[in-house]
Parts: sequence; structure tokens; C-alpha cells
Amino acid sequence: MLGRIWAVLNARSLEFVRDRASVGWNVFMPIVLVFGLSIVFSREDTDQFLVAVLEADTATHTFLQTRYIDFTPIEDRTNAIRMVGRHQLDMLIETGTPLRYWVNPESPKGYIVERLLLQTDPSAIKESVAGEAVRYVDWLVPGVLGMNMMFSCLFGVGYVVVRYRKSGFLKRLRATPLSAFEFISAQALSRLILTVAITSFVFAAVSLTLDIKTEGSYLSLLMVAVLGGGALIAYSLVVAARATSEEFAGGLLNLMSWPMMMLSGVFYSLEGSPAWVQSFAKIYPLTHMLTAARSIMIDGAGLIEIMPQLAILAVMTFVALALGSLMFRWRFT
Amino acid sequence: MQSEPPILEARQLVKRFGKFTAVNGVSFGVHSHECFGLLGPNGAGKTTTIEIMEGILSATSGEALYQGQRIGRGFQSVAGIQFQNTSLQDYLTVGETIRLFQKLYGDRENFERIVDDCALGPLVDRDNRQLSGGQRQRLLLAIALINDPSVLFLDEPTTGLDPQARRRFWELIGHIKERGTTIILTTHYMEEAYVLCDQIAIMDHGSIIAHGEPDALLSQHFQDAVMQLPIDDFPNSLRSLPHTILEKQKLIEFHCKNVGETLAELTRANVNLNRLRIRARDLEDLFLELTGREIRA
Repeated sequence: MLGRIWAVLNARSLEFVRDRASVGWNVFMPIVLVFGLSIVFSREDTDQFLVAVLEADTATHTFLQTRYIDFTPIEDRTNAIRMVGRHQLDMLIETGTPLRYWVNPESPKGYIVERLLLQTDPSAIKESVAGEAVRYVDWLVPGVLGMNMMFSCLFGVGYVVVRYRKSGFLKRLRATPLSAFEFISAQALSRLILTVAITSFVFAAVSLTLDIKTEGSYLSLLMVAVLGGGALIAYSLVVAARATSEEFAGGLLNLMSWPMMMLSGVFYSLEGSPAWVQSFAKIYPLTHMLTAARSIMIDGAGLIEIMPQLAILAVMTFVALALGSLMFRWRFT
Repeated sequence: MQSEPPILEARQLVKRFGKFTAVNGVSFGVHSHECFGLLGPNGAGKTTTIEIMEGILSATSGEALYQGQRIGRGFQSVAGIQFQNTSLQDYLTVGETIRLFQKLYGDRENFERIVDDCALGPLVDRDNRQLSGGQRQRLLLAIALINDPSVLFLDEPTTGLDPQARRRFWELIGHIKERGTTIILTTHYMEEAYVLCDQIAIMDHGSIIAHGEPDALLSQHFQDAVMQLPIDDFPNSLRSLPHTILEKQKLIEFHCKNVGETLAELTRANVNLNRLRIRARDLEDLFLELTGREIRA
């Protein structure tokens, strides 16, 4: 069985590696995107201030009427304080009497917002939060690499399996002792190995050139990439299990990938978005993958801290693989 | 040989796709070392029948047997299959493709022999995408032979090939047949069936309408030969001859039971015989006789 899996895995990998256009796209697209977005969003002179508000339902304080400040309700106090420390929030306030606020004294925007607050409420109680600013690019890199993995895994497996089915190649394989499980395993492993290898290469290149810091362990990051890639491939196999036309499969994969890209926190954080959006985003492997990757890279989280995300990704992989295997069909008709 | 039970047998096979019946009560037997041909026009049900026999498709009713046992998944280890319209993986060479399939059958060590048998030696390092139609069919045949099958299925293996490539393919099949492999072939080329097959079954609209040895079927249905003359060389006075006379485009075709006598009549009538063609009845004629239409119609 292993010999057959290896044979199909090797053949598929050769097919991918020799398709220079595809390899080039997979390597250079994320690099170009990271550089481009880091330049576009590196401006510090944005005119919007971001203030998170705890207990927003009682928010009647006059400071909250200040124009050109984006007041965002937030529930997770610990996370919000951490974000103030990283300059991701300019200030956190808790309405009440007296009003309390958290600000990073090293944050220029935090300083200005603090001046504005004290003009309206001189009795507000200050809590200082220490921490270094997280550059947008540090936050963006896991997002772009995750997005690249998502497209590579979804289309690199789902689309290819449908093409094989339509062209009759699957039927040809069906006439050999190769089982559906062996075929699916080989396709999934081939794509997983190549995607993780390419992502590692791009990550190394981007880290060196943009001085991206990784606080946690690279091994943990690799584990997130492998489990996340596995879950994404398993999702694509569900689409590929029955689809008989590339157009239909492409439509389904787009329907899956675009909302995943928008809602999983690739380019911006979902903090502050409606609760139902945040809940909905949890159906996507990419959401858990990026949460875990950013926790490792930015917060220095270890395996224990990211265990919930790893467990969810493992369950997603198992369920989708089982579904894909059950639904799998060799034939075009 | 015929006294032995068939190695492969179809019993009352029926296959329906929704309301459409593709195969309707097909039965036949194929004996060991025999080349059996399923003939018929496109849509006759040949491919559906052969895929049921291969174990690739399940029948709605009836059964397909190999050595008296129902054909199941294990049959594919002793069967070689060349499908119609099969694509292969892009970016792999001919050699890599053959080795891939060898590994699927448990790392067979017959690479050189198969490459030689299928005349693929000069093409081993060529990308699959750069093969001509004939070369591609030879590669697909090589894949079908990797497990040294005792039964070889060929589904329209020469469709789309030019006459030269087709004849070269027939030679390859002839060599495989000489080695004792049982072959089941579908084709809509009657000449191909006549050249290669020991037994044929002619299918139309999902049913077998004739079954037997090609020569026996021909002599059973015909006792005459076919003569053809350009219409300009055929005098109207001869239209009263007691033969079936057909006009086919620029040709006059007449069927005669005694070629010598007919030639003498034509000579007496001073007909120019330089462009006369005489041929025996063939399977195309048989199909026309049985169905009232030409096979490619």
C-alpha cells in the first residue's frame, strides 16, 4: 500500500514541480503581496484613532461623542490590554464612575487620545500598559502565508482531482489495484509536503528581508502549518469528491476560499466585528490556523496555549477527510 | 478449444442510465487465447458492455463472470485495460508513466520488455504531452500490459489514428495475441475486427444482432461478391443484368454470385474493365444487411 501511495505522490509532485508557472505563482505571489501590503499599510499618519470600550451598553460618557475616534466595544479585557501594549489599540476605556483607561505611554496616538480624554474627564483613572508596537507586517505575514496555503491546498487538490476525473485519468487508475484511500492520501500528502515546503521557504525569505520576529518555536509553527494545510486539503477533497466539471468545482472552491480569506483575519483583525461574524469565521480552518500562528509569532505562545486551535484543526481534518472518502467517486459519469 | 468453458462470460447483461437502456440483455462467452470483437456504431453499447466486463461499471441486471466467478475488484489484477479517451498526467515522461503504473501493480520488473513490445524505446524520455495519437495509444497499451494480464480489454484502441498508425497498432495486437493473451476488443472499424478477431459480436441499440466467427457470419449471410465500376464506364444496357445494382456516388456497385460469368458478360458488352474493382463481402456489408444502414451512419 505504501509503495502505491508513494508512486502516486511522487508522480503528482513531479507534475507540480515541473509546472514552472504554478510553482512560480505559489512562491512569488505571497512575497509580492507581503511587500506590497507592508508598504501600503506602513503609513503612521492615519487619522483614525482606535479606542476599545468595555461595558459599552452603559456608554454615555461625553468622551464617547468625540468625532474621528473609532470606539469599538470589546468584551475580552485581557486581550484588549495586550492589544494596547502592542499599539494595536490606542486606548482601552472602562466606562463607569470613575472612568478607567489603559494606555501605552510609548504610543504617540495613545498620548493624543489621552489628552483628549482628560479634557472631557480630568478625574479618569490611568492604567499604564507596557509593550512594543507590533508592526503591521509582523501581523500580516502569517495572514498572507496562510492565505497562500489556503489557495494552494484548495485548488491544488480539489481542482486537480476534478481535472483527473474529467479527463479519464481517475478511471485509468481505478483499473489498477490502487484504492480510493491510497489515491486520496497520495494527493493530500503530495500537496501538503509541497505547500509546507514552499511556505517555509517564503517565510524564511520574508523573515530575513523584513526582519520578522517569531517569539515562539518554529516547530510549533510547523505543526500549525501541517495541521492547517491538512484541514484545508480535506475541505477541498469534499468538493472534489463528486464534482465532474472544473467550472463547477472552481465555483465551489471560490465560494469557499473568498469568504475564508475575508473572514479569517488575513489582512485585518476581526476584533470589533459583530459577534456572529466572529462565530461564523470559526467554521474555517484558516481562522484557527492564523490565530495559532500569530499567537506563536507575536505572543510567543507554546503548544499548550495553541492546543485548542490544533485540536479543532485535527477534528476538521478528520471529519472532512472521512466525508470526502465516503463521497469519493472515480468516474466522470 | 471451443469445448472448454469460456474464460469470460456475459450473461443477460442489462445497463440502464435513468430511462435510457444502454445495454439490453447481452450474452456472450470468450474462450482462453481468443480475440473477441464487439462491433457496432457509436452509441451501440460496446463501451458500456466492456466496462461491465472489466468490473469498472456495475450492471443493472445480469452478471459478468471470469473463470465462472463473478467479476469483482480482484479481477483488475489479472486484467489489462486500455480505455477509450484516457488522459495521462502532464509533465511526466513515457518512462516515468510506465514506472508509475508498474509500482501500482507491485513494482513489476518488465519495463524493458513492455517498452520493446509497444515500440516505445525512442520515446522513453519524451513528455506525454508531446506524443502523437499513435504513440499515445501505444503508451496506453503498454500501461494495459504492465501486469502481464491474462485478459486484455481494448476499447476502440485505434479510433482517430491514421491508417498507417492503425496498421502498426494491429501488428502489436497480433504479437500479443500470438503469446496467448485473451483479448476483448471494441471497434467500429470492421476491417480491424476482421483482421484481429476470432469471434465477433455485432451490437446495435444495446443488443447483439449477430455473433460468430467473421468468415462464418459472412458466408452465412452472403454467397456473392461485389464489383464496382465508375459510373461513366458502365453502359445503361447492362442495367438489365440480373444483379443487385446500386449507385454509390460516382460508382456503380453490383453483387454477383459468379464472378467469372459476370466478367464474361462485361467483356462481351465491351465494358472498359481497367477501373473495375472486385471485392469479397465484408463486415461493413454484413452490418448494412442486418440493420439496413451503414455502420458510420
